[in-house]
Amino acid sequence: MEAREAALFELALRMGDTALILGQRVSEWCGHAPALEEDIALANTALDLLGQTQMWLELAGEVEGKGRSADDLAFLRDAWDFRNLVLAEQPNTDFGHTIMRQYLIDAWNRLMLDELQNSADARIASIAGKAARETAYHLERSRDLVIRLGDGSEESHARMQAALNTLWPFTDEFFEADDGDALLAAEGIGPDTAALAPQWQREVQASLAAATLDIPEGRTNPSRSRSGRHTEHLGHLLATMQWLQRAYPGARW
Amino acid sequence: MSTEWPLWEIFIRGQHGLSHRHVGSLHAPDAEMAIRNARDVYTRRNEGVSIWVVKSADITASSPDEKGPLFEPSNAKIYRHPSFFDIPDEVENM
Repeated sequence: MEAREAALFELALRMGDTALILGQRVSEWCGHAPALEEDIALANTALDLLGQTQMWLELAGEVEGKGRSADDLAFLRDAWDFRNLVLAEQPNTDFGHTIMRQYLIDAWNRLMLDELQNSADARIASIAGKAARETAYHLERSRDLVIRLGDGSEESHARMQAALNTLWPFTDEFFEADDGDALLAAEGIGPDTAALAPQWQREVQASLAAATLDIPEGRTNPSRSRSGRHTEHLGHLLATMQWLQRAYPGARW
Repeated sequence: MSTEWPLWEIFIRGQHGLSHRHVGSLHAPDAEMAIRNARDVYTRRNEGVSIWVVKSADITASSPDEKGPLFEPSNAKIYRHPSFFDIPDEVENM
């Protein structure tokens, strides 16, 4: 692949894999959420994310040009080939961790999609346009819950602060850019991620302040996902998600 | 204080020009979240253009015991029923 196609492939994987892995995590709540209404809302979110996955991974397969479908990419790659933000694969732990993870990624996804709607690549602009509205709703909902729970009871506050302390370091890699990203940004295909970082910071700082939560200081996490280095959780998630296609290759309904 | 979320009655308007219709109920801590929950529970298949939520406790209902005095008298007054008119097919929502 030429450098431009390779960068495009990476971008489509980053968007698609993040939606896929987060969607798979959120779907683990199906039938287990603290209230029926919340159960349905989480399932809706997971399904929305899987819809976004389908579009991004289809594009990735097209760009790659080796005839791999979205399903092939989702079910037949190993952990080191995944490019999802490492935060997405972190376990649900409790409702607080789930909602905090959702909020931090929703805020990222919203900014990325807003930018990608103006992409010079019409395929990217079209996918981002379809995904942007539902993601705006996801963000409204997760932000609202973070504020309610953070600024809620003593217990809900403690749980949200614990979630933030654990998950915050994984946001370090959100807006990193490599040569490929610079290439796409220069051609107006991908976002100028350096310009997005302060916008994300502003959004998150305002909401976390309203939630009376303190952003932990002095804890950083090196970039991982761009080189396919994941936490131990991704392998377990993939084992659950991929086992059927691995055990019965090509199985269909 | 009760730890249960209060019950809300949900009304959805399916399209412009129609009235809101009662579609069911759900639990939520307040009105804003009741709207969000209603969006997720009752409009998944593009059912609505508008949502109303009302606390179930705020609805005053007629008593089933009074059914006779309240409703039966109108049964006998057929002149109140506009059943002698032909409604054109084009009038869909009457």
